[in-house]
Amino acid sequence: MLSVSGIHTSYGNIEALRGVDVEVAEGEIVTLIGANGAGKSTLLMTICGNPRATDGRITFDGNDITHMNTHEIIRSGIAQAPEGRRIFPRMTVMENLQMGATASDPQYFDEDVEKVFSLFPILKERTEQRGGTLSGGEQQMLAIARAMMSRPRLLLLDEPSLGLAPMVVKRIFEVIKEINKRENVTVFLVEQNAFHALKLANRGYVMINGRIALTGSGRELLANPEVRAAYLEGGH
Amino acid sequence: MAAERHDPAARRMDTGAMVKEAGATAIVVFALAFALVGLKTQDVPGGLAIITRFDDVFAATAIAFVGRMAIILLRVGRPRLVLATALPFAGILMFLLLSSRFLDPETGEKLARFLPFDSVVVNWVTTLIALGFAGRAALAIRHAAESLESLEEREKTMDRVGAQVQRAARYLGPALLLLAIVFPFMPIADRWLLDIGILVITYIMLGWGLNIVVGLAGLLDLGYVAFYAVGAYSYALLALYFDLGFWTCLPFAGIMAAFAGIILGFPVLRLRGDYLAIVTLGFGEMVRIILLNWYKFTKGPDGLSGIPRPTFFGLPFKRSAPEGVETFHSFFELTYSPIDRIIFLYYLILIMALATNLFTLRIRKLPISRAWEALREDEIACRSLGLNPRNTKLTAFAIGAMFAGFSGSFFATRQGFISPESFTFIESAVILSIVVLGGMGSQIGVVLAAVLLIGLPEFFRELQQYRMLAFGAAMVFIMIWRPSGLLAHREPTIRLWGRDGPAEAPK
Ligand SMILES: Nc1ncnc2c1ncn2[C@@H]1O[C@H](COP(=O)(O)OP(=O)(O)O)[C@@H](O)[C@H]1O
Ligand SMILES: [Mg+2]
Repeated sequence: MLSVSGIHTSYGNIEALRGVDVEVAEGEIVTLIGANGAGKSTLLMTICGNPRATDGRITFDGNDITHMNTHEIIRSGIAQAPEGRRIFPRMTVMENLQMGATASDPQYFDEDVEKVFSLFPILKERTEQRGGTLSGGEQQMLAIARAMMSRPRLLLLDEPSLGLAPMVVKRIFEVIKEINKRENVTVFLVEQNAFHALKLANRGYVMINGRIALTGSGRELLANPEVRAAYLEGGH
Repeated sequence: MAAERHDPAARRMDTGAMVKEAGATAIVVFALAFALVGLKTQDVPGGLAIITRFDDVFAATAIAFVGRMAIILLRVGRPRLVLATALPFAGILMFLLLSSRFLDPETGEKLARFLPFDSVVVNWVTTLIALGFAGRAALAIRHAAESLESLEEREKTMDRVGAQVQRAARYLGPALLLLAIVFPFMPIADRWLLDIGILVITYIMLGWGLNIVVGLAGLLDLGYVAFYAVGAYSYALLALYFDLGFWTCLPFAGIMAAFAGIILGFPVLRLRGDYLAIVTLGFGEMVRIILLNWYKFTKGPDGLSGIPRPTFFGLPFKRSAPEGVETFHSFFELTYSPIDRIIFLYYLILIMALATNLFTLRIRKLPISRAWEALREDEIACRSLGLNPRNTKLTAFAIGAMFAGFSGSFFATRQGFISPESFTFIESAVILSIVVLGGMGSQIGVVLAAVLLIGLPEFFRELQQYRMLAFGAAMVFIMIWRPSGLLAHREPTIRLWGRDGPAEAPK
């Protein structure tokens, strides 16, 4: 479904991605783990065309999206819940969801709102609360819900567990699974919380310094001694 | 950051370092002021002579040194010292300034010699800056006494006030509207008051227009007057060259201004904040300078005169009309009165302003308005949701500019004469102040601010040169006290449960 091959991305003269290859097949949950600054977020952003890849090719459903505008990429069926949530703090939950539906047909709006409320019932009680006054976990839920409002077929999640309490993290990962199973959305998940993320994933990639260092099924990576040493047993 | 600011010990500086920093500032000021202030050319019989004003240079240097010290002291958490110096300083200056004005000339003359500068205005500016420092220091002392929570508390209280006023606006708005409608027929409404009314409403309309750009879309536009100018000149030129009437030209003027908005919009798409402000400022100046120098087309500094007055459905407001044309008063069988035209202009701008307001209120319910607000909050997030920031921003510029264009045409037809001088930066600044002071995005706030900033000063005409000072001081005060504007409060654009919340309110 998504195919990233030989992608290079630079910020000025810092090269953040140095030839990355990633494949995500329809229906999968694929996890990308890596240390801080490895280039994970840059990869997700590059897929969305901002920043642009300096070299390499990205295809989605067989179409080359490498040079498409961000808003066109999103309209083709990819949604992202960006790192740090980036919800609109002064707007209400409902308005945030409306912004999420920017790219989709208004006729589905009510249906989609019901759908995300069934995924995150807590949001339904908060429709008129301002985004900025939600708790961290609720904000993350809102960020995912907002991304879901564009009816994506591929959902990119950037560190959804960042800064959340273990209980909340568990809940978020449950919902990600539900989104994948029930809503048939393919998920590409970036995480530092390697244990949960790999357990959830069909396959995983490990990124080090802008390159993919290791790949395998979720279970394989969880068992891999290097991965265990670096990301699971108090590596950081 | 926050921790640092509240822990002065972390930022203690020794006296030597303070003096060094303040000294550096003083040297820069001295270097700048030496030539710019210290030497002045003056017309004397037989050519130019250079006169020197070194006492002003020294005063400026000394004040810069002291001012910088005050900034440093505030920074390292010693506001008491600043308050103790700034307040008496401001007090003495004010005493000298006032007494040199109101006492008998001889004593005044003597006292005036103690003032740091020759220019009264510069002295007042200095006084205000000193007052500003005193205010800052007083605030800092209070903040240290109160906890951070109570600060937030205050913001919350103001938000609540904002919300209440907003709610009251549901009644206040129609009440003000009614007042505006009957105003021309009230006995106090003489020509002078009507003129002020027209002026205030023009600025309200401009404020509402700019509110779309700045208040909703969050694009800081310092060149708004350019679109006002484009509108005014579009109408004037079309009318003079092609002999078209006001009503025919009005839509064209709006379109031309909107077009100018798009032209400005393109190059600034990637800019935000300060950079955007600087480019828009430059754009405003460019338009003015083009109008000034394109003599063949715009008559440059001479301006355009003889701009036709608007007609009432083809009926001119004239004492007598040429053969075959009926005038307003003869058609309605009234006796001719010159005030009819003023009243007509008053209603004309009132209707135009109301149309702007209606448009804004409508568009606020539309997705485009939500997109503007979202874009203001987080552009990256917007892109990630599939929003096209280019079109969204250009729409804001174009719509805002269009309303400036309409009011520009009105200005031209009302004055009958326009020249580039009417479209200087200060106009942009005034309009922006109205929006900011009113509370970005608040419609009723714009009305209050326009009355405050345009209406009141008209009553204090004789203070002419100090008006702008008071204006600046008011802005500084607002920025410190309530950075989000007087009535900044945002109502959600859609509600699931209607205005009164869900039935069994799970708050
Ligand atoms: N906007 C930016 N400008 C410049 N450098 C950046 C920017 N964003 C990220 N980088 C750099 O790119 C590298 C990868 O960052 P990032 O993709 O955020 O890593 P990760 O998400 O894996 O923590 C880092 O070295 C980071 O400093
Ligand atoms: Mg990251």
